[in-house]
Amino acid sequence: MSPAIAKKKDIPEQVWTKCPGCGETVFRKLVEERLMVCPECRYHHTISARRRIEILTDPGSFQERHADLAPTDPLNFKDLQPYADRLKKYQHMTGMKDAAICGSARIDGQEVILCVMESGFLMASMGSVVGEKVTRSIEDAIELRVPVIVVCASGGARIQEGVVSLMQMAKTSAALAKLDDAKGLYIAVLTNPTMAGVMAAFASLGDIIIAEPKALIGFTGPRVIKETIRAELPAGFQTAEFLLEHGFIDRVTPRAEMKREISRLIGYCGPGAYGRRRAAARGTEK
Amino acid sequence: MDRFTLPFEEPIREVEHQMEQVRANAELKGPEREKALKELEAQRLDLIGRIFSALTPWDRVRVARHPSRPTSAEYLGIVFDEFIDVHGDRRFGEDKAIMSGFARLNGEPVVFLGQQKGRTTKEKLACNFGMPHPEGYRKALRVMRLAEKFGLPVVTFIDTMGAYPGIGSEERGVAEAIAVNLLEMSRLRTPLISVVIGEGGSGGALGLGTGDRLLILEYAYYSVISPEGCAAILWRSGDEAPRAAEALKLTAKDLVGLGIMDGIIPEPAGGAHNDPESMGQTLKRVLCQHLAELKQTPLDRLLEQRYEKYRRIGYFLEGRVERSPVIAKAEQSAAAERRRQRREKPVEEPKAAVEAKPAT
Ligand SMILES: [Zn+2]
Repeated sequence: MSPAIAKKKDIPEQVWTKCPGCGETVFRKLVEERLMVCPECRYHHTISARRRIEILTDPGSFQERHADLAPTDPLNFKDLQPYADRLKKYQHMTGMKDAAICGSARIDGQEVILCVMESGFLMASMGSVVGEKVTRSIEDAIELRVPVIVVCASGGARIQEGVVSLMQMAKTSAALAKLDDAKGLYIAVLTNPTMAGVMAAFASLGDIIIAEPKALIGFTGPRVIKETIRAELPAGFQTAEFLLEHGFIDRVTPRAEMKREISRLIGYCGPGAYGRRRAAARGTEK
Repeated sequence: MDRFTLPFEEPIREVEHQMEQVRANAELKGPEREKALKELEAQRLDLIGRIFSALTPWDRVRVARHPSRPTSAEYLGIVFDEFIDVHGDRRFGEDKAIMSGFARLNGEPVVFLGQQKGRTTKEKLACNFGMPHPEGYRKALRVMRLAEKFGLPVVTFIDTMGAYPGIGSEERGVAEAIAVNLLEMSRLRTPLISVVIGEGGSGGALGLGTGDRLLILEYAYYSVISPEGCAAILWRSGDEAPRAAEALKLTAKDLVGLGIMDGIIPEPAGGAHNDPESMGQTLKRVLCQHLAELKQTPLDRLLEQRYEKYRRIGYFLEGRVERSPVIAKAEQSAAAERRRQRREKPVEEPKAAVEAKPAT
């Protein structure tokens, strides 16, 4: 039986899934086997940060760092629901304290620092904890003299932390200036969606920027642009492919090839990072 | 003069109208006229005091957006002795939403960058209502690099609803332009002062505003999102903007309290638009003071302090310890103290910034 013609009453719900990309009903197992990529249309489903780490790193190599970092409520923010309650809800749903997880790992045996954003947690918006984890990841990479990879996914700065969250853009970007001064390698991986405050900070600043196919990437959300200009947006506007065409990212890479591609890039840039090669040649490596 | 009046300004305008009538009244003469005017002026100031001390955050946003509020261009003539404007990002074009050039502050050469909203309809259209495109941010960076090269301090004025949300803006990578500015401004080897003179609209403001000193005018605001945008997302209704403005903690006083802004620059009674000349003079005095302090700091130390300034921003828990800018600041002072002892020579900490007179 073809996945596309599966009938709901024949198969239990957990077995099939409807693809948001092509609208077809496909076997969940088949999608899972392809790392949550639709076998029909190559739609890249959202995956959890934990799953992303499994896909990108050598088995068992990930060691979480700064796991104790947890959010607070600096503005005592309350809209229809208090921020504190929202935090609790998402912490319960995701089993994470906030929208990022970071640590050290190996990719084909090469040591890296990896920070992954969790879009299931308040749209992976960047508040103090996300900003701090990204910053510490960059600092860890400088200290350990290894490449740093940030897998981005975010709706932008976290409204509920106000200007404190806006300032995380400045904080993370300043840390990247330090990494750049130290000649460290930073690879930004952009996944669906990477928008606004995160895109106007570390997501745009990779030495190499790789995006997943069709990921929504941009500064202002498409709805707001449409309302402002009162016109239709061009087809494919703000997709990974659109950014590639306009010169703002280096590559569009399917999920299944991401690890191997990052590994090969580290092969070129990683050994030269932190001036190691030159230092070694002069015999002054510290 | 046909002046735009906010609802809460109406009682003040009424008294001002009465004053005009007294002045126009030929029958009133000498001491009698003086006495009437003096009484009305006292009444006016009392009204302003009472009304402006009770402004809600949303009222303050409306003052910051007041159609008569002085723009960067209007302050230029008051704050600086002269200005030679320069143009273009050398990549794509010229963005009039950001003014740039060389200026003299009390005789001292500086580089000035200011977001410009325009006054007349023609000006507003020309500078896109103060909403910059990517080329504006790239021009700003180009001019900041000139400042670095020639050892000139940089003064930026922030006044924007945000970067322009349009197709061209996205095609030419406005996010990248802002991000690169944030990175490069963190290591720009020259003193940098940013003043929010009106609206501090999110990333579009930040892209010109990460200096050694962050100052804000008394009735200006700075926010991660517009109150209307916040209300639309979180309350699902733009009508809730006043509540959103309250929740966002976007007023000058809130921002100093959160450890983001270094100081509030007091405005003349009733807001800057009531007396642009005196506001400009205050701005000039405050800028001179901060610039003198920054110029005394060795560049390496200045950059170290700038990095620390942004590095410490964030509120979170770690284990059971709550971290906040206040605690971080204390740690920073302790670290500075240790450095001081090591070097066995005094190192100056930045002086407390200018405080506003309490609003309530
Ligand atoms: Zn599909």
